[in-house]
Amino acid sequence: MTDTQWETYEVFHQAKKGDAHVYVGSVHAPDPHLALQMARDQFARRLKCVSLWVARSRDITATDYQDEDFFAQTTDKSYRDPKAFGAPEKLDEHQA
Amino acid sequence: MDHHDEKYDEKLKDFEDRIARGEKVEPGDWMPDQYRKTLIRMMSQHAHSEIVGQLPEGKWIPFAPGFRRKLTLVAKVQDEAGHGQLLYRAAETLGATREQMMDDLLNGRAKYANVFNYPTPTWADVGIIGWLVDTAAVINQTMLAQSSYGPYARAMKRICYEESFHIKQGYDLVVALAQGNPELRATVQDAIDRWWYPTLMMSGPPGELSTHTQQSLRWKIKTKTNEQVRQEFVDLIVPQIRALRFQVPDEHCVHNPGTGHYDYTQPDWDELKRVINGDGPLNAERLAVRRKAHEDGRWVREALAAKQERSEAVA
Repeated sequence: MTDTQWETYEVFHQAKKGDAHVYVGSVHAPDPHLALQMARDQFARRLKCVSLWVARSRDITATDYQDEDFFAQTTDKSYRDPKAFGAPEKLDEHQA
Repeated sequence: MDHHDEKYDEKLKDFEDRIARGEKVEPGDWMPDQYRKTLIRMMSQHAHSEIVGQLPEGKWIPFAPGFRRKLTLVAKVQDEAGHGQLLYRAAETLGATREQMMDDLLNGRAKYANVFNYPTPTWADVGIIGWLVDTAAVINQTMLAQSSYGPYARAMKRICYEESFHIKQGYDLVVALAQGNPELRATVQDAIDRWWYPTLMMSGPPGELSTHTQQSLRWKIKTKTNEQVRQEFVDLIVPQIRALRFQVPDEHCVHNPGTGHYDYTQPDWDELKRVINGDGPLNAERLAVRRKAHEDGRWVREALAAKQERSEAVA
């Protein structure tokens, strides 16, 4: 087959200004400009969209699911969680 | 090969435990060869079905009665192309390439859904495809949205959302014809008669005891048997057909209080085998149309490739 296997681009979709861009999938395209057009046709032909990002798939560096140590927490980090603190809402209830 | 891997049994056990816990499998994860092969086969066949599925209805775009119906049909056919692309991408995450899959389709090596090899001689066929065929497809795809393979499940969620529009527009079209004169109603009945058995065939033959199917169920590639998917379709569609005062073309199709389901006559499984293997009413024509479209678009792909090469050379 002498045809063209285009590169892939990962697509990020923003539904309204101020929202985060959300990853929605990927498209084939011969260049970034056309990747945006493909992404619009594929991922924005119904749902509202104000902005699209595309990034070449091979430019994305990702963690490996097998490498669970990468996210391992060696010590108790519960103090980072707001739920870890039990102080009362109002001091007078505590005193009553 | 997996089996030469001395830790194969251990890895397989981890894999099956994960699936049993309801975890999704992602592209970089270890998986048995057979899991990968089965999924590439299923996803590429599914993608081909979407691509070929554009053709039976696409031919009606120039003849749609009215601008609204025409726009609706264009949107539906565009969705099918989009679904095909989503599914080719999902299959590529397992090592297939879109080029190779396309090539397999155009050269007649690939299989795709049986239904798209039947003719659409009347406008009622467009409604029946949306209502009957897409209802059957959505039941299957809702099941596949639970698949253990993450990219397939995610693609299915997006596709099911769009397919619900396909069903609605098909039903709306049929209802419009059903309210028409006796000749129009007869076109609907004629279409139901022709599409009933091919639609029942879509979910595949029984024979769930094959080890292949058992394995797909254990690995949650599918979560229901072909018979379960088909029964779900029959139970849902029969009351709808009768509510519009049309006939199900099967005298044995009655509600069975014992099982709580509708009984139905099995379709001709030899016919399915023939149609899937290339010998249906329109297989040759469908592929000829796809080949021509692919060739007609070649200059565009080549021009874009040349532009890309040149811009990379300049950069």
